[in-house]
Amino acid sequence: MIPPQFAYFAPTTLHEALTLLRHYGSEAKLLSGGQSLIPLMKLRLATPAYLIDINRIPGLDSLHERNGFLCIGALTREADLEQAPLVRTHYPIVYDTARVIGDPLVRNLATIGGNLAHADPANDHPATLLALEAEIVATGLDGERIIPAADFFTDFFTTVLHPDEILTEVRIPAPAAASGGAYVKLERKVGDFAIVGVAAQTTIDAAGICIRAGIGLTNVGPTPLKAHQAETFLQGQRLDQDSITQAAQLAAQAARPEADLRGSIAYKRDMVRVLTTRALTRALERATGHVT
Amino acid sequence: MATHRIRVTVNGIAHEAEVEPRLLFVHFLRDVLRLTGTHIGCDTTHCGACTVLLDGRPIKSCTLFAVQADGRDVLTVEGLEQNGQLHPIQEGFWQEHGLQCGFCTPGMLMTSYALLQHNTAPTEEEIRWAISGNLCRCTGYVNIVKAVQYAAGKIRQGDAA
Repeated sequence: MIPPQFAYFAPTTLHEALTLLRHYGSEAKLLSGGQSLIPLMKLRLATPAYLIDINRIPGLDSLHERNGFLCIGALTREADLEQAPLVRTHYPIVYDTARVIGDPLVRNLATIGGNLAHADPANDHPATLLALEAEIVATGLDGERIIPAADFFTDFFTTVLHPDEILTEVRIPAPAAASGGAYVKLERKVGDFAIVGVAAQTTIDAAGICIRAGIGLTNVGPTPLKAHQAETFLQGQRLDQDSITQAAQLAAQAARPEADLRGSIAYKRDMVRVLTTRALTRALERATGHVT
Repeated sequence: MATHRIRVTVNGIAHEAEVEPRLLFVHFLRDVLRLTGTHIGCDTTHCGACTVLLDGRPIKSCTLFAVQADGRDVLTVEGLEQNGQLHPIQEGFWQEHGLQCGFCTPGMLMTSYALLQHNTAPTEEEIRWAISGNLCRCTGYVNIVKAVQYAAGKIRQGDAA
């Protein structure tokens, strides 16, 4: 399959890329990992006249902790997130997420920025960032905007990014003590989209009471969803099998799945319940230091 | 539509070519450089038959534009054999019958080669995880795993010698 013709630019500075983007507007597409965009172009579902390749801009792939945040450059490859000891040790929910995206070959090119900006509700990072209450940095010629993950996704494949902005960084707040999180994905086979995915992040106090809970859902709505009711319910509860069971039922109610070849509405809703139970259980185990 | 001049090192040899932006890297390898060892399987980023190493990392060459490879270092299946000697991973596929129809083999070899570069004693689970983006429609995975283990053993022997 051959994509239609397009003009190609490979800017080497962010300013140059932003200038091109402002000039060509919605006729242009940014190329990062290309693992969603190139297949769409080959199928001619995406037909950008101008392709702006941001892979040659230095500094967009940095990964470090700064001012209480894990800062992930938009061009960071999924394989690098998967392999970074800092992520594995301190942000295991991000490790869980990165390692189930696409397949190992796809992850060598795919980027976190592309995963978010593409805004496919089946993509895995969004649910995790919702659970973590992360921030997304959008850069334009006029400066930066910091957008809470919860405000970023507006509809199917649609975000609040302006046509002349580039998603440049993801900022994840460093978890408080006694925090734990996990991402659990149900897929038919490696490389397939999630049937359902659930991200859960919790913080407990010395008595085992849940101080904070974040729950994000993958591929059960037109956007990634935050299970607000389940989160609110858990706050102030002792985090145990009973409260997890009830929270999982609330999360299932928050899901808005559609029936497709991956399953019926009832099946997917029930899988949200099952996966929320598993994600919260693992999050609790990590918060109490029982597993890494 | 404007073309772009690219320079790519493939199997240690520097190549220069004028390419259309939409030219996929797998077509560049097969049709421009005539390196047809890299296969086109599904053409939809699923099967991994087109796997090559880009700066040492296995990627699907049907999902990369040739212009993106400008200035990069590439290894294809043709680059595994050195001085008439099969690479241990090729020898492993031979010895352990790691192929049936052979269509997925170039991709399997490249992914396994990359795995063995940083892990010369992979467990079966690690091998299966590494090749989970490479599909064998003959379902010959058992022997593919054995082939990789054979190669790992050969490499360890070589390192010890």
